[in-house]
Amino acid sequence: MLNHYHWRGTLEAVCIPIAAIFFSLVLFGIFCALAGADPLGVYASIYKAAFGSWFSFQNTLIRASPLMLTSLCTALPAQLGLMIIGNEGAFVIGGIGAVAVGLAISSAPPTVVQLAMAISGIVCGGLWIGAVGALRYYRAVNETISSLLLNYVAIALLNHLVSGPMRDPSSLNKPSTYPIPALDMLGSIPGTRVHYGLIYGLIACAITYFLMRRTTFGFAARTIGGNIRAARIAGLPVGKLTVAICFLAGSCAGLAGMVEVAAVQGRANESLNANYGYAGILVAFVARYNPLAASLVAVLLGGILASGGILQRLHSLPDATILVFQGLVFLVVLYSESLYGRFRVFQDQSTVRRPPSVPYVPRPTSL
Amino acid sequence: MNPGRSLYLPRRRVMRGVLATAAFGVTSRLWTGCTPTSESQASSSTASGKLLQIGFIYVGPKDDYGYNQAHHEGEVGVAKLSWVKTEEQASVPETTDVEEAMRNMIEQDGAKVLFPTSFGYFEHILTIAPKYPDVQFFHCGGLYQEGKHPKNVGSYFGYIDEAQYLAGIVAGHTSKTGKLGFVAAKPIPQVIRNINSFTLGARSVKPEITTQVIFTGDWSLPVKEAEAANSMADQGIDVITCHVDSPKIVMETAEKRGIFCSGYHADQAKLAPKGYLTGAEWDWTTVYTNYAEMIHSGKTLMNGGIPHIVRGGLKAGYVKLSPYGPAVSATAKKDADIAKAKFKDNSLVIYQGEIKDNTGKVVIPVGKAYKQQDRTLEQMNWLVAGVVGNA
Repeated sequence: MLNHYHWRGTLEAVCIPIAAIFFSLVLFGIFCALAGADPLGVYASIYKAAFGSWFSFQNTLIRASPLMLTSLCTALPAQLGLMIIGNEGAFVIGGIGAVAVGLAISSAPPTVVQLAMAISGIVCGGLWIGAVGALRYYRAVNETISSLLLNYVAIALLNHLVSGPMRDPSSLNKPSTYPIPALDMLGSIPGTRVHYGLIYGLIACAITYFLMRRTTFGFAARTIGGNIRAARIAGLPVGKLTVAICFLAGSCAGLAGMVEVAAVQGRANESLNANYGYAGILVAFVARYNPLAASLVAVLLGGILASGGILQRLHSLPDATILVFQGLVFLVVLYSESLYGRFRVFQDQSTVRRPPSVPYVPRPTSL
Repeated sequence: MNPGRSLYLPRRRVMRGVLATAAFGVTSRLWTGCTPTSESQASSSTASGKLLQIGFIYVGPKDDYGYNQAHHEGEVGVAKLSWVKTEEQASVPETTDVEEAMRNMIEQDGAKVLFPTSFGYFEHILTIAPKYPDVQFFHCGGLYQEGKHPKNVGSYFGYIDEAQYLAGIVAGHTSKTGKLGFVAAKPIPQVIRNINSFTLGARSVKPEITTQVIFTGDWSLPVKEAEAANSMADQGIDVITCHVDSPKIVMETAEKRGIFCSGYHADQAKLAPKGYLTGAEWDWTTVYTNYAEMIHSGKTLMNGGIPHIVRGGLKAGYVKLSPYGPAVSATAKKDADIAKAKFKDNSLVIYQGEIKDNTGKVVIPVGKAYKQQDRTLEQMNWLVAGVVGNA
């Protein structure tokens, strides 16, 4: 009944981001033409390098898997009306936490080590962003600023730990922690070269979607996002919910950090700080904070990133080209936010036009 | 605003736009459907030809006036060989990104030889190399260990501290205040060795000279690098050099402040036409051309024809000095050229006792000499006497 009522809204939430992505593709084509490359050839290459074959699609999936998890770090608090961009910090902290535990109990059976590493990554990342939520609720610190600044703190902490207390003395020219034993590393999904992070990402997206849309917990959170005063009057535990959602958000990014350590790097060092967190913010925006949509958008962005190489090798475009593309997508998608409610075709015709909603947060999509 | 009226026309326009973009997307995809065949034919024809396909991967942009530009210049150099075809990919982070870049170069472009040039790529090379046993991977930095690492992996590096020693001689002659500055990224052995060699070079001509070192903490922090250079100029330091990924900002700041500078990685004379003295540069063209010629003549890492570890300094032509700038005096040139000749006939050893560190402790006793190849030097964690700062 509810779904039927909102089908136009759903259509709007699907059409506008897709149109925005196509529009940014057109802009990017113009950019490529100005840079001296054939736009159609560039589109073809992007498609070929991202989705053209199973070989290249695996490349896309490998890049998408950390983004699914890090995007949730922005997407979940957005349901509360909080704009958190501390993904990178939570990712790094989760990675450090995972390494620390992994090394501490490396004598245990591999399954136990992997589980402990995952839990440690989840808890560390969760506490990191949970602190942001607590600061926001109890001390009224702006969550966007504090989470952004905590990114720098996390990276500085990483650099300090790997070049000081946690350093493997044999890592001479690239300070790193001791490596996690090969036995304890996460493998690849059988038959592919994609690591298990992809599965974690998909599961996390599905669980959080269910949690936010189909449980009273999620309903309470969305109520806070809709109108915090009404939520208070209704007797919702705003503080607890804020911290809990922030903890969940951080734990997703922390898990991504654990996967990066346990499936890719095998140790913590400066390579951990590879902008997966920032790319996750983009995914969350494009997905309009919908966890399910985030998993699809992550694949799309993974595809864009996967095509960065071919643009350089085949079209001799500069290495920053793919960043230009990413930036265009970002800008156009942000701009497209202003188009919601502007097209009559997407309005519910049968009912009286609703008054404009409180512009506290961009309205979460309703599926 | 009256949405009822103003939105009627846009709706049609929007629908048209959506249709057009959809059509655009569909056609571009159809277009993809036909192109790959021709491209794969093209790549297979090059593979069946005599061309040697070499792939280069850089961690940063290839026009950074620094580390990556030096490698890119090497790529341009080796591409001049008629039987070599090169391809390159820049700004590839040290994550699964580089693994995918290597796979693509091998599987899609048919590369037989890869030069992933960043130090941090090594772990990823070790992941990929066993899967492509007929492809040769050459890593810049020198971590290869016989028996432990795959047979198709090799490593190469240059003794650039020899060039830093010469740059130190030039800086020592040029400095009027007797104070030199060194903007460094991280206190790791490679960087420390350059600081020490630069200082020892300067002190070989003026024993009382000092080098102030500032560690910025990371490879590319332009703001901190500029701050460091500025504070050095304020302290009366009149020659600055550096070891960061891109020396651009340090050179420009020095020029702006009217002091001298000495380059690193690549030639930065263009950035500081007045104050640029000289610089310690890599000459990867020599290294890459040597490798290409060995491979062309049928040698490989796997059949033992190519050594797994390749090192060289001024003598082998792996490193060089930038051409002297206008501010370099004739005596400075003469002394530097004498030292260069000594490096070339192996009669000069930089790390020869007695050498004390900057806390007064003897680190190399009298009569002891560490030649360039000595692995002890690769663990250097002390700053030589005359360096102001802590490692």
